[in-house]
Amino acid sequence: MKQLAHRIDISRWFVPVVAGLSFFYLLVPIVYILIYSFNDSGRTNLTWRGFTLSNWQNPCRPAGLCDAFINSLQVALIATVVATVLGTMIAFGLERFRFKFAGSANLLVFLPLTAPEVVLGASLLSQFLNLGVQLGMTTTVLSHIMFCISFVVVTIRARIATLDPKLEEAAADLYASASTAFWKVTFPLLIPGIAAAALLSFAISFDDFIVANFNSGSYTTLPQFMYVAARRGIPAEANVIGSFMFLLAVSLVVAVQVWRYWRRRSLERAV
Amino acid sequence: MSTAVQTSAEEKRAWRLRGRMGMLLVLPGFLFIVVFFAIPVFSMLSMSLYTQPEGAATGVFEPGLNFGTYSAMMSTYWDTFIRSFGFALIATVAALIIGYPMAYLVAVRLRGRPLLQGLLLVVIIAPFFSSFILRVQSWRFILADEGFVVSTLETLSILPEGTRLTATPFAVVAGMTYLYLPLMTLPIYANLERMDSRLIEAGGDLYASGSQTFMRVTLPLSMPGIMAGTLLTFIPAAGDYVNAVMLGNNVNTTMVGQVIDSRFFQSVDYPGAAALSSVLMVIILIVVMAYVRRFGTKEIV
Repeated sequence: MKQLAHRIDISRWFVPVVAGLSFFYLLVPIVYILIYSFNDSGRTNLTWRGFTLSNWQNPCRPAGLCDAFINSLQVALIATVVATVLGTMIAFGLERFRFKFAGSANLLVFLPLTAPEVVLGASLLSQFLNLGVQLGMTTTVLSHIMFCISFVVVTIRARIATLDPKLEEAAADLYASASTAFWKVTFPLLIPGIAAAALLSFAISFDDFIVANFNSGSYTTLPQFMYVAARRGIPAEANVIGSFMFLLAVSLVVAVQVWRYWRRRSLERAV
Repeated sequence: MSTAVQTSAEEKRAWRLRGRMGMLLVLPGFLFIVVFFAIPVFSMLSMSLYTQPEGAATGVFEPGLNFGTYSAMMSTYWDTFIRSFGFALIATVAALIIGYPMAYLVAVRLRGRPLLQGLLLVVIIAPFFSSFILRVQSWRFILADEGFVVSTLETLSILPEGTRLTATPFAVVAGMTYLYLPLMTLPIYANLERMDSRLIEAGGDLYASGSQTFMRVTLPLSMPGIMAGTLLTFIPAAGDYVNAVMLGNNVNTTMVGQVIDSRFFQSVDYPGAAALSSVLMVIILIVVMAYVRRFGTKEIV
């Protein structure tokens, strides 16, 4: 009996300890990036040489860094908008309608997820080479839309599947037309899912190296700039841009989480 | 009676209309995937069979049926394929071992504390928001010879003096594990979060110990999440070469993706690169199909 109690005790602290270590492991490199954005590094950011704010004051000092940053922002924005619109339409069509070819459409949406980035990049590059297409921003954007679209479909389908169909039926009972029911009931309920899918697309595109490396030609995105710079040492200003994007995204997500928490609590209190 | 027939005819028309509506919704994205995925895959397959005419300049190929490229590539790079899949497999298993307790803690143990859950979830997805090249780079410094990991392990005599961690397969696999950890953790979290906690309590009520309940109830019920997570980790890991280049960069760590990249851009051997990429695609497709057949497709992603 004593032994049993001992066992239960182990499992009680085992999970928090292992998980705690894992959370630590997840955060170490990020903290490292943040700290080294303040390094008075000179040309390369290899060793700690003292605290400075100058990297944050002049993040565009290294030649090409901010151009690459702007390129990545442009590509990610366009790819996110197109992939989210096309992906939402596919998700809705596949989840809520029955039609011929739905099965093959389903398979075609699923297949790109089984292709690693190299395959996606290499096959598109083969196509562009065959057609003699000049590589550049357009080919980068097209490849990123392709890379994001299946992830959008999967994210939004999961959301649609959890919607209660009774809500739409209730709208119909209240004499709403199909399109009114969609725009007034279904679509607003889908907005969090669509937002999540868009955020995911943006993150995937903004951070992609391999697909862009195959299809961008001489057009340079931020990950490509960093990858090339890494041979000599990535400048501390790149850490500034990385840290800035990170802090922006995290504060956005934390704000949404806290807002949802407070809203739920105040709703509960109101009831 | 007649009204019933009428409504059913009307319903049928409505259904046909709804079907057409569904097709219209799917069509634009479907065409995009056909043009920018399906056709390019065939383009790549046909390019792998191209031949180089004698005396032609580098990078000039003509359509052909040269299957010799495949045997030439595979006899040179079969060990690279084995290494790629080996590294990807180890990284996937390591990410599962590290990611599962995290997902379990947040989804099951912290149930009923939404704020803490939400914040820890942010920590899990936080790496997505920082540049992955910078993260790989920071591992390079953390694992460096003069870094604190090596010196600590040497002081504790876990590693003999003078051991290097950078430029080893260990560093590459550790980097890959780190990179894909969120992709492993999130689907498992999503699965555990939906799990009915009464099922777990029932295990305790039936006198199962904590570990028995876990092995007999929680773990089997979370298989769909584990399956999605392992696929989402294994597939990109098998094709990755950023870790191999930045953390390894020697002959013991070369991955297939690296060879495909250099065949395209350094050797300008398009058929060779296309052949390697086609083999990679087919092997992964077979692995995924076998996996899906074994565990079902219901909750693949």
